[in-house]
Amino acid sequence: MISIKNVKKIYPSKDGPVTAVDDVNLAIENGEIFGVIGYSGAGKSTLIRMLNGLEIPTEGSIVVAGREMSKIGGSELRQARQEISMIFQHFNLLWSRTVRDNIAFPLEIAGVPKKERLKRVKELVNLVGLEGRENSYPSQLSGGQKQRVGIARALANNPKVLLCDEATSALDPQTTDSILELLVDINKRLGLTIVLITHEMHVIRKICHRVAVMEGGRVVESGPVLNVFKNPQQAITKRFVQQVTEPEETKETIKHLLSLYPEGQVIQLSFVGEGAEQPLISNLIRNHPLMVNILQGKISQTQNGSYGTLFIHLDGEKAQIDEAIAYIRSFEVGVEVIKND
Amino acid sequence: MIEEFFPNVNWERMWEATRETLYMASISVVATFIFGIILGLLLFLTSKGNIWENKPVNFIVSSFVNIFRSIPFIILIVLLIPFTKIVIGTMIGENAALPALIIGAAPFYARMVEIGLREIDKGVIEASRSMGAKTTTIIWKVLIPESMPALVSGITVTAIALVSYTAMAGVIGAGGLGNLAFLEGFQRGRNDVTLMATIIILVIVFIIQYIGDTITSKLDKR
Repeated sequence: MISIKNVKKIYPSKDGPVTAVDDVNLAIENGEIFGVIGYSGAGKSTLIRMLNGLEIPTEGSIVVAGREMSKIGGSELRQARQEISMIFQHFNLLWSRTVRDNIAFPLEIAGVPKKERLKRVKELVNLVGLEGRENSYPSQLSGGQKQRVGIARALANNPKVLLCDEATSALDPQTTDSILELLVDINKRLGLTIVLITHEMHVIRKICHRVAVMEGGRVVESGPVLNVFKNPQQAITKRFVQQVTEPEETKETIKHLLSLYPEGQVIQLSFVGEGAEQPLISNLIRNHPLMVNILQGKISQTQNGSYGTLFIHLDGEKAQIDEAIAYIRSFEVGVEVIKND
Repeated sequence: MIEEFFPNVNWERMWEATRETLYMASISVVATFIFGIILGLLLFLTSKGNIWENKPVNFIVSSFVNIFRSIPFIILIVLLIPFTKIVIGTMIGENAALPALIIGAAPFYARMVEIGLREIDKGVIEASRSMGAKTTTIIWKVLIPESMPALVSGITVTAIALVSYTAMAGVIGAGGLGNLAFLEGFQRGRNDVTLMATIIILVIVFIIQYIGDTITSKLDKR
């Protein structure tokens, strides 16, 4: 559906050229939810804007739904943009128009007759769950409702691709989840390809099939979300993964526990998919003469399976502990010994 | 009672002068609104980072606006006499005041239009582009409606300025309340005529302000 090949974007600036996107290669499949994660300034915004021609790459080629976006212009580009719609962090609704007229705007642009427009708007309002708010103005809506209008507006012309530019970053956690569920629902129901950029790993975990991590304009890591969670390669990816697998206070709790139990070992187990479903701990206790103390655990759901972390404290003879760790390693479970330092 | 306070006021003359003032003001307000929006849009669209970014055009329009905005109105009328003669055919009467009124006020209003357009969220324009909107669609369906409260409050201020410009134009022969106050009130020493003309102008200004404020608050759904 989308192919990005050797794409570079260089902006001129007073202090010399700035490379916002540096030699990015990605292929995004039809019907996939693809996430791009990175901190601000990583180039993800520029990258997503090149997908609908709001930015033109300095080098390389971008093909979306069979169209080479960097080469087309004028009416062909406008036509293409009706098939590649976009939703925004700050919603970007027209405050002078009601919900109904905001959703009708892309239909007006596409030249749909008024009667059909009203019919289509009604369908869209139902799809995003905004029945009864058609005559409200954006200023009378909550953030989540505004984004629903944004989504309805983006879907009006039956696009093939939906680009989400930090679509949930201005929303509270609960609203974020409801918008993400709506996106998954749309993806399944309409088979729409979704590309989203975010700085929240939570968003990636919740709805993406595959993810690319960007840093300094480059894609430093990419792959199926579960694999990236299981086995993050880059330091930045590990930091993002920690955002969802470790609650914030974990580090302090562990430190506290380490000082509380100077004996034995604290280890972190990471389970992926089926690994999470085996009675590992009871086997461990049964087979090894050790004290096993469960400190903290968390399971996260991703679009391609579940992922969990568990912190346990093992106390007993040194040889027994080493044996136990080796035993755990024999399953498909990641083990990390946490040292007191 | 009124006759007592305003013994010298010829009410028929006063009414006629009021009509002339209203005529000059309303025609020039409409024309200023149109030309001001066109100039304001040009200023906005050709400025840096916008759809028609174009330095030379922006420089030319901007200079034109600055020059005509800076010339004191009374001097502008005199400077424009040859131009007025060609366009209107005379330099006496209400119509003769119109070119100077419009050329004096449109640049003033254009700057206000530009400010109003700058206040539109850039994201909204970007969103419209991402939907495949043409520039004309963006102008008609995004820029103008989204800046409408600013455009209306701007034209209110400009209309009030135009009422006072018509009084100035009256002094050099364009008719209206200014003309009446100057010729009959000042030159003949009839202060009651000047006072009555002032009161009527004040009433006109208050009405314009009231209408402008009402429309602005009705339009503003933010």
